[in-house]
Amino acid sequence: MSEKKRALQVAALENGTSIDHIPSDRLFKVASLLGLENFSEPITIGNNLKSKKMDTKGIIKISGKFFEEDEINKIALIAPNVNLNIIRDFEVVEKKRLSLPDELIGLVKCNNPKCITNNEPMKSRFDVLDKKEVTLRCHYCETKITKEEIQIL
Amino acid sequence: MNKNSLVSISDYTKDDIWRIIQSAKSFEEQPNRSVLQGKIAATLFFEPSTRTRLSFETAVNRLGGKIIGFADAATSSSSKGETLKDTISMVSNYVDLIIMRHHLEGAARYASEITNVPVINAGDGANQHPTQTMLDIYSIYKTQGTLDNIHITMVGDLKYGRTVHSLIFGMSHFNPTFHFVAPEELRLPEVYKNFCDKHNIRYYEHTEFSEDVINVSDILYMTRVQRERFTDLIEYEKVKNVYILRNKMLANSKDNLRVLHPLPRVNEIAYDVDDNPKAYFIEQAKNGMYVREAIICDVLGIPCK
Repeated sequence: MSEKKRALQVAALENGTSIDHIPSDRLFKVASLLGLENFSEPITIGNNLKSKKMDTKGIIKISGKFFEEDEINKIALIAPNVNLNIIRDFEVVEKKRLSLPDELIGLVKCNNPKCITNNEPMKSRFDVLDKKEVTLRCHYCETKITKEEIQIL
Repeated sequence: MNKNSLVSISDYTKDDIWRIIQSAKSFEEQPNRSVLQGKIAATLFFEPSTRTRLSFETAVNRLGGKIIGFADAATSSSSKGETLKDTISMVSNYVDLIIMRHHLEGAARYASEITNVPVINAGDGANQHPTQTMLDIYSIYKTQGTLDNIHITMVGDLKYGRTVHSLIFGMSHFNPTFHFVAPEELRLPEVYKNFCDKHNIRYYEHTEFSEDVINVSDILYMTRVQRERFTDLIEYEKVKNVYILRNKMLANSKDNLRVLHPLPRVNEIAYDVDDNPKAYFIEQAKNGMYVREAIICDVLGIPCK
């Protein structure tokens, strides 16, 4: 409640989705992973805002947009600890934790140059072996990649 | 993936492995059958492999089927820049079965997703070669009379050796004990050791290829140490003659020990081993034909008794 009394750093949302506590250096990656450039809904983006939990943070608020699980969960790849709030009538009606989907299609590049996905016009596809540690295995060449090695397409 | 394809040894459960072994046994008793009459198989070898292709083509012929295909990408349309997808889609119009080898990893999995025709992976780069693994397992079964509780010693290039990695997966259902003998640079990668740990499989690592390890083994699985795998050529010169099996090293080995090798060998098995009854690598290759007959019938849903 006390937070509500202070001036909001980014304007409040009536209905939609708020993604808070995005690491500042990941904000624009998150935006592009969600494909925000193709949205017609009003979007408010703040970055390098002061945060109690982290040094600085980014925040994205999308008006009138409610994501499908798989659509939003993919950002766990680069920002696993964001706060995801579903807002209706200015109130948070649901808080969500992100969890990687079982499968990632067309999102991550396979690090094996001899993988078929890097040599044919096709989408990459990974099975998520460990959602917490973020370990992926290429569905095609079976190469395993860890969090540090992930390259977003 | 269409459900009948065989792309990776991990597609097979323990029951699947048993079914293929039993079926291979029956093909060994009676290799010539006309169950593929009226059917056509394509052997698409985007990368040449004479041994594997001849084994598959012999299997199809012994089953009474016909074959189309190519032995080298240079004689196929992929040399004109056609995508794998188009080649597979086109060939699918003509045949009942696709047997393919490709230099790119994951090519067979992708092909199996493009077409409804069953695909058998005859090797995709350094990734998988499941019929080789099945013939290795069949050879172990034939020589030992069982698959359970076997001591398997793997020697040579355990880092890049595709057959080694797949055999670890394939045998994991049968409570094996592994001995991994390799030079420092070619040690078994962590991911396979983690796999063993997770499945409670006992394993021991050695850098020395000694008679002690040979004498506790039921199966000695030799592989080639290749010069091009080394970053440090001085290191290669040091180890190149260390992982060679010579006949005298088998003097005190178990009676049931058999020496396996996926072939081709260069110098890692001395020629004086060939006359030892424990040398099994030539028969091992022959087993490949029966196993491939079994797998071809299996993916096509043809029962065999």
